[in-house]
Amino acid sequence: MKLNREKVVERLLLGVAFSAIASLALIAVFILKEGVPFMLKVGPGNFLLSSDWEPQDGKFGIYPMIIASLWITLGAMFIGAPLGVAGAIFLNEFVPRSVMRIVKPTIELLAGIPSVVFGGIGMVVLAPLIRSHFGGPGLSVLAGSIVLGVMVLPTVISISTDAISAVPNTYREGALALGATRWQAVHMVVLKAARSGIVASIILAMGRAVGETMAVIMVAGNAVKVPHSALDSVRTLTANIALEMGYATGMHRQALFATGIVLFVVIMILNSIATAAIRRRVGGKGNSKK
Amino acid sequence: MRIPPKYTQKAAVAVLAGATLVTLAVLLFIIGFVLDKGLPVVSFKFLFTNPEDMGRAGGIFPTLVGSVLLPLLAIAIAMPLGVGTAVYLTEYTRETRVTKVIRFGTDCLAGIPSIIFGLFGFIFFVAMLGFGWSLLSGGLTLAIMILPTIIRTSEEAIRAVPHSFREVSFSLGATRWETVIKVVLPNALPGIVTGVMLGVGRCISETAAVIFTAGLALRLPQSPFDSVRTMAVHYYVLVREGLSTENAYGTAAILIIAVLLVNMTAYWLMHRFIARRTK
Repeated sequence: MKLNREKVVERLLLGVAFSAIASLALIAVFILKEGVPFMLKVGPGNFLLSSDWEPQDGKFGIYPMIIASLWITLGAMFIGAPLGVAGAIFLNEFVPRSVMRIVKPTIELLAGIPSVVFGGIGMVVLAPLIRSHFGGPGLSVLAGSIVLGVMVLPTVISISTDAISAVPNTYREGALALGATRWQAVHMVVLKAARSGIVASIILAMGRAVGETMAVIMVAGNAVKVPHSALDSVRTLTANIALEMGYATGMHRQALFATGIVLFVVIMILNSIATAAIRRRVGGKGNSKK
Repeated sequence: MRIPPKYTQKAAVAVLAGATLVTLAVLLFIIGFVLDKGLPVVSFKFLFTNPEDMGRAGGIFPTLVGSVLLPLLAIAIAMPLGVGTAVYLTEYTRETRVTKVIRFGTDCLAGIPSIIFGLFGFIFFVAMLGFGWSLLSGGLTLAIMILPTIIRTSEEAIRAVPHSFREVSFSLGATRWETVIKVVLPNALPGIVTGVMLGVGRCISETAAVIFTAGLALRLPQSPFDSVRTMAVHYYVLVREGLSTENAYGTAAILIIAVLLVNMTAYWLMHRFIARRTK
């Protein structure tokens, strides 16, 4: 009787354990089922490389959105990566533990600020500033990059900090004993050892930036065109889905799912790279400990 | 010419400190700005009366209820699945190909952007299963979204329970399942709750996945099949449509306070958990 129950429980738990992978499969199947037939019908080349997005006329080219996502993401990394990594280095290497113990959780708490709030502030405070100082519509690549750059800061700082603090103290002591200054020890030894973890933090942040939707809709302007400058209004892949999902039907809706596939693939690639980088770090750590 | 290390050290510290200060200043500015503009709007009446004229006037009561019910439903679905997965991974199996596949799936799920969850929830729960824009569709979608967080934190919490606890339980004749529910889970509880709270925080601040699954209805839901609007969605609509700046800030202030409180609870629990373990 008792043994029987144990067996049932084990089976049940095995079933439950597949819930995540089943969800993932379900998501993949449904997005692909809607999007792939469309892509085959329109042709991947037409879909990805045409600049005409006029769903009512049956023209579905997402090239401008791809470029927009790319620009905004790179812009966000240009802002978020240096600031975030610098913050992580400073908090780990140049600040007493007691300060770090307050500042790091604060920054991680800030990761919880909802993305709509970032978007709202960007729209109300940042966009008018850009409009009055640099011209253009304000809602632009630049505004999107800044907002996303700030949004990814907690991710970059938190994961980089973990990577940097995982570097064994003996490395630092060795460098200092050889007469290096604190900064020399950091950039010649510690950063080299923590490199793959830092890279992983930046790539994960890229994934977040590419996938972010609401904040971008609110600050990037959403015009469907290939941007010529950082002050142009653009629409990202995510924004395209979210803006038109409410009313799209038929081919148009399928086109949005196909956009979702592009997004899905890009993010899967980014995350795999980040995971590989993190694995390498863990492997390296193991070796250094023997 | 080589710059003496003494100066590079000073320059580096100055730059790094500057970057850290900028980061903190920007993030704190956002919170300060929202609270400064929003808190004067917030009152008992604002929280507990219905919106009027699409949210241009009145309070936010239905969205407050939405922001409570939706995370609760999501947790009710995700917690048994997540903790069950964690128990299976830690207590019932060794590292095999199966566990690798499960971990890989969990990692992938964690990386999917919320708009994709929105798309999926819309086509599957809303359209195919016919739940419509509803509390149920939204809850199920959010449950899938936070599942990886709950699995990971629960797994860590369960692994942190000392092995000797289990051995004592087995030696007293307890079965594996009895050991899990009477010894392992109670000891891992604070860690598990941390994960749950982080999940709740994500649900409260989520917009993209909710707007396409739970809808936009501005009234109290009467059943799980009724559409609800959360505070995050409400804020988005108010700002995007330019309906009411005042009410938007008020909503944002409550939203931020709610998320910070939930996350702070999570961190506090985690620290207590770590402190107890290292004792």
